[in-house]
Amino acid sequence: MSALFVLIGISIFVAAAFLAAFLWSVNNGQFEDDYTPSVRMLFDDELKAAAPTSTEHINKTK
Amino acid sequence: MLNENNLCTYYNFDKGPGIKATGKFISERFAYLDDCLTAKKLVQFSSHRQTNVTFRLPQMHCSSCVYLLENLHRIEPGITKSQTNFQRKEVFVIFDPTQISLRRVVELLAFIGYEPDISLRDSVEKKATTFNKKKLFQIGIAGFCFSNIMMLSFPEYFSSGNIEQAGLKATFTWLNLLLSLPVLFFSAADIFITAWKGLRQKFLNIDAPIAVAIIVTFGRSYYEIISGNGAGWLDSGTGIVFFMLVGRWFQNKTYDSFSFDRDYKSYFPLGVSTINHGIEKNIPVTQLKKGDYIIIRNEEMIPADAILMKGNANVDYSFVSGESTPLRKSIGDLIYAGGKQAGSAIELEIVNDVSQSYITQLWNNDIFKLKKNVDRSYIHPWSRYFTIVLFLIAIGAAIFWSITDPSKVLPAVTAVLIVACPCSLLLSATFTYGNMLRIFGKNNLYLKNAGVIESLAGTDTIVFDKTGTITQNHSAVVLYKGTPLTNRELAAVQAVTRQSSHPLSKILTSNLEISHRDQLLKVDGFREFSGRGIEAMVNDMPVKIGSASFVDEFYDASAHESGSHIYVQLNKVQMGAFMISNEYRPGIKTAINALLQKQYELHLLSGDNDAEKVTLKKLFGKAGNVQFNQSPQDKLEKIKHLQTEHKRVLMIGDGLNDAGALMQSDTGIAVSDNTTQFSPACDAIIDGSKIGMIHQFLAYAKSGKTIVTASFILSIVYNIVGLSFAVQGTMSPIVAAILMPASSISIVLLVTLLSSLSARRLIISRPKSTVSEEA
Repeated sequence: MSALFVLIGISIFVAAAFLAAFLWSVNNGQFEDDYTPSVRMLFDDELKAAAPTSTEHINKTK
Repeated sequence: MLNENNLCTYYNFDKGPGIKATGKFISERFAYLDDCLTAKKLVQFSSHRQTNVTFRLPQMHCSSCVYLLENLHRIEPGITKSQTNFQRKEVFVIFDPTQISLRRVVELLAFIGYEPDISLRDSVEKKATTFNKKKLFQIGIAGFCFSNIMMLSFPEYFSSGNIEQAGLKATFTWLNLLLSLPVLFFSAADIFITAWKGLRQKFLNIDAPIAVAIIVTFGRSYYEIISGNGAGWLDSGTGIVFFMLVGRWFQNKTYDSFSFDRDYKSYFPLGVSTINHGIEKNIPVTQLKKGDYIIIRNEEMIPADAILMKGNANVDYSFVSGESTPLRKSIGDLIYAGGKQAGSAIELEIVNDVSQSYITQLWNNDIFKLKKNVDRSYIHPWSRYFTIVLFLIAIGAAIFWSITDPSKVLPAVTAVLIVACPCSLLLSATFTYGNMLRIFGKNNLYLKNAGVIESLAGTDTIVFDKTGTITQNHSAVVLYKGTPLTNRELAAVQAVTRQSSHPLSKILTSNLEISHRDQLLKVDGFREFSGRGIEAMVNDMPVKIGSASFVDEFYDASAHESGSHIYVQLNKVQMGAFMISNEYRPGIKTAINALLQKQYELHLLSGDNDAEKVTLKKLFGKAGNVQFNQSPQDKLEKIKHLQTEHKRVLMIGDGLNDAGALMQSDTGIAVSDNTTQFSPACDAIIDGSKIGMIHQFLAYAKSGKTIVTASFILSIVYNIVGLSFAVQGTMSPIVAAILMPASSISIVLLVTLLSSLSARRLIISRPKSTVSEEA
């Protein structure tokens, strides 16, 4: 039965860890904007190489 | 919509150094940002290597915008980092001041299509972040403690109080006690504070019974635990706090990107160009003094009352006075603040300080100093009765048991106070209104808070503004009356009007439909007579267009001279006149008819002239309710007058001229075509295209009241059941632990379901109209 004491301790510790994670994320501002990050992650770190070609294209059309 | 998205993707291709040479076209619009003082007010942090600044960009609306704005550093190497916040429509920019100036950053943003919304207000008040972290902390901690206490209480319930293992029961209860402390002292702190504030003002607000319930619950539990003769009611106690906090969070969810409390500072520019001995200098508007010479360029706002010294003033007052046609001013005329110049640059001499100007004086009116009564919600009287009845029952139980069985006094009284928490009562209102707020928002009606729903429901009189509210701001219908014009003649008229920059000419030019052009028209001898008309020879045919007295010298000008008629003379023959009238918003007619049927009293107060009196009178039915040439002050007085007749007035308007009336009315709805743009102080903001749904919105607000009443009755039933256990003194913690969450959750589910269902019944969403495209 004394195993129960240990288990209670563990369960509260786990719950507290989740609480800490929640508080940290609030403090970190993760709930301030729930739209932009979802878009941001879709941006490719594309084409540093391709950039000059697009510039050329613009210059030509002008 | 599609168009806008195309635009965005178009911009994606536009990145790269190709943009660099384009600073010129914006000219001097943002020159005031070069001034150190002005710039300092905007910047959040600056050192000589790095400057941080946040701009509001109302135009931000899609993922491509985010993409473009977050890649500013590719376009302009001086920018180190840019980060957007879509919810608040802001962009945070870090740049290197040695490489790029603040003005260039703003110009760059303006060039790519996101002109920052910079106003005087930004500099005067540094806005605090509205996002309330503390509330989230409180909810998080309450939730953690509540769930753990619940878990630790289960063994107690299942074993019905007999846990055999020695020490285990004590461990559970003492752990509960420990866990409940942060809930009592941190999470519930705000409830105690508001209850105490209410008591000090001798006002029993809804927080008072909650505070009492919490104190009694926790107090009795601590007593039981410490004295060792019970497990306490801490699970119910923390549950109350947790549910209350969640309910409040739900209700207080607001629209971050709107500001509802705007005054003139939000409309005025931050800086202005002054001229002193021929040297142009930029100063902040607040430093503008009487006697200063200023330059106002195209599309710039006139910040203070001034006299025109040089140039052609063509002032658009539509936002201030509601007049739809811009006014021409000649040199020496007084120009009131708030108008926008359309055309070339003008020079002005200031005659009044910014704060003393005609338009800003409206804000010095007393009503802007009074805050609307926040506590007029109709839940509050209920809560008062509730509290009183509750205390009566508790006292009654105490008296009864003190006579029959004194040992049961304490358990009975505390049980009454614990179980009869107004929790479910309160939650019903918060969740109904919270859900309705969300549904209104989906339909582009953004309410300031849940209290507005109640005042909407109570409305019996509706006052409309004309320009910009029931008509569309920048579109017009052109009608022709007279001898029919041939295609060629129409083309000739258009060729002449195209030469003129007068606003009426511009409307005419863009609205004339010419099916085909057979030949090129030659325009000679174009002459413009300021304030009267224009004339020219088109392919050797004399064309004269303008006011009646200009076109026909013998015309009796007093008959029905109006700014919205343009007369045409071809070959010295009188042909007829174009009538320019405003275009009504789609659906406004059906909405007004529906409102009339429902016995609402309707009024129209227009700042414009009475050119459309006949149509409007027909639209509004009863005579006498339509009034023209109303000054902002007139509108305010009219609303006050209606209120003295005990009418509850809903004002719908858009411009600065309605600001006073919106403030005075019981509910003020500001109309905006671009929901993030200008709107005066108000209780709600509605998208212009949704005005036609106003009768549906009102009906929905009313249904909200019915739902809340129904759920009140249900929660009272719950309370009666709970109380009947409590007064007998036989209430066990397990009954409380089941009853409390069950009643709360069932009520939340019920009201959410009901309010969504009635939304479906009452608000028929029509297909998106084309109007939103112009934003």
